[in-house]
Amino acid sequence: MSDISYDDVVAATMDILKSAETVLPRDVVDSLEAAKQRESSPVARAQLESILRNIDIAARNGIPMCQDTGILVFFVEIGRETRIDFNLEDAIVEGVRQATGSIPLRPNAVDPLDRHNSGDNTGEGIPDIRYEFMDGKNIRITVAPKGAGSENMSALRMLNPTETEDIRRFILETVLKAGGKPCPPIIVGVGIGGSFDKAARLAKSALLEDTDDMDDFERSILDDINSLGIGPMGLGGDTTALAVHVKKAFCHTASLPVAVNIQCWANRHASVTLGADE
Amino acid sequence: MEYHLSTPLQMEDILRLNICDVVYITGTILTARDEAHARILEMTQKGEKLPFDLEGAVIYHCGPLMQKREGRWKAIAAGPTTSSRMSAMTPQLLEKHNVLALIGKGGMTNVTGSLRNRCVYLAFTGGCGALAAGNIKNVREVHWPDLGMPEAVWELEVENFGPLIVGIDAKGNDLFSEIEEKAAKVFSGLR
Repeated sequence: MSDISYDDVVAATMDILKSAETVLPRDVVDSLEAAKQRESSPVARAQLESILRNIDIAARNGIPMCQDTGILVFFVEIGRETRIDFNLEDAIVEGVRQATGSIPLRPNAVDPLDRHNSGDNTGEGIPDIRYEFMDGKNIRITVAPKGAGSENMSALRMLNPTETEDIRRFILETVLKAGGKPCPPIIVGVGIGGSFDKAARLAKSALLEDTDDMDDFERSILDDINSLGIGPMGLGGDTTALAVHVKKAFCHTASLPVAVNIQCWANRHASVTLGADE
Repeated sequence: MEYHLSTPLQMEDILRLNICDVVYITGTILTARDEAHARILEMTQKGEKLPFDLEGAVIYHCGPLMQKREGRWKAIAAGPTTSSRMSAMTPQLLEKHNVLALIGKGGMTNVTGSLRNRCVYLAFTGGCGALAAGNIKNVREVHWPDLGMPEAVWELEVENFGPLIVGIDAKGNDLFSEIEEKAAKVFSGLR
């Protein structure tokens, strides 16, 4: 017997995709509003005004805020007492297929070598689905559509263990190199430690954190980034980034992996909880 | 300064533009990104005729999200894509075709020489797909649909498409590289 049905997961996947693509989380919008108020450059202010107008149009009309509806990344937390009798991954993939036509989403998933587009945002290994366990009888699904403009500007470096002082420099260098290309104002997710791939996963999940939830270390990097003056869309201004979020994990004594995942202003994500405890 | 321009653009329209000017375009624009650029260059090299006219054209670096409704294509979201991916192919494109304006985001690398006295680069706010779609009145045609929705060439009828910021003018000025140089200076002073 199953607590949650296949159809529940398909429908829930479509629901969160629709809200993630059309409605930006409140904390991100508030942060953009605040940036517009602070911004001293008229060109930059005009860019932020366009962004806010765009967000409003998308939400009111229920259409994707950006044509790059992203490659789809799912974070699934499974309550350890949950019983399901179907393939959870199949249900999420089916939700993606149906949402591609109904929202609609731009078909973005292609074979990495022959560049053939599958047409429905699915393919080998995509959507990217990560699983974790949690307490209880629920399943919580979060989707974060990730645009390529900002993803392409991300970087990972295996530093020497003694180079902890270089972490800040690496983050700033990555932002500097990215310039206007990742659609600033950006959100910077940083993963420190773990392993080659763990650092990257930490960096991506850091992007899910509340925009304003930053400690002193994160704020001081944010201040340095904004002192660069790259500004919204690289056209100059005070607002290059809205937030920096750092996550760390223990790593090998001989390693210091650092991953910097760059996120455009459209830090889209939405979640749903399904199950007996809800 | 703010300018309202109509297509097909005239050389005099673009020669007077300066970086930071604001431009709105009304008329027809053509989307083209990586794959379309590659095919334009390949066909041009072979001396084959393109299925669309690039004389005085505006090329929009954009992979739109389109939907077919009652047999007609409609632009749902159509903001700009990262222009730097087209940097290497643009000088050849401008050598062979009289394209007068490029629209994109994020700026381009090493193209100021090719744009001088010939073409301007206009920046549309990245990610503003819904805003852009509102200024697209009609999807006239789609060329090369075999490239897939984002990579095909879409002929779009636009009205007051903008605001566009002149990022690279035809006089050799590049707003993006000015900002980047300043940022690099600040960076080297930080520690």
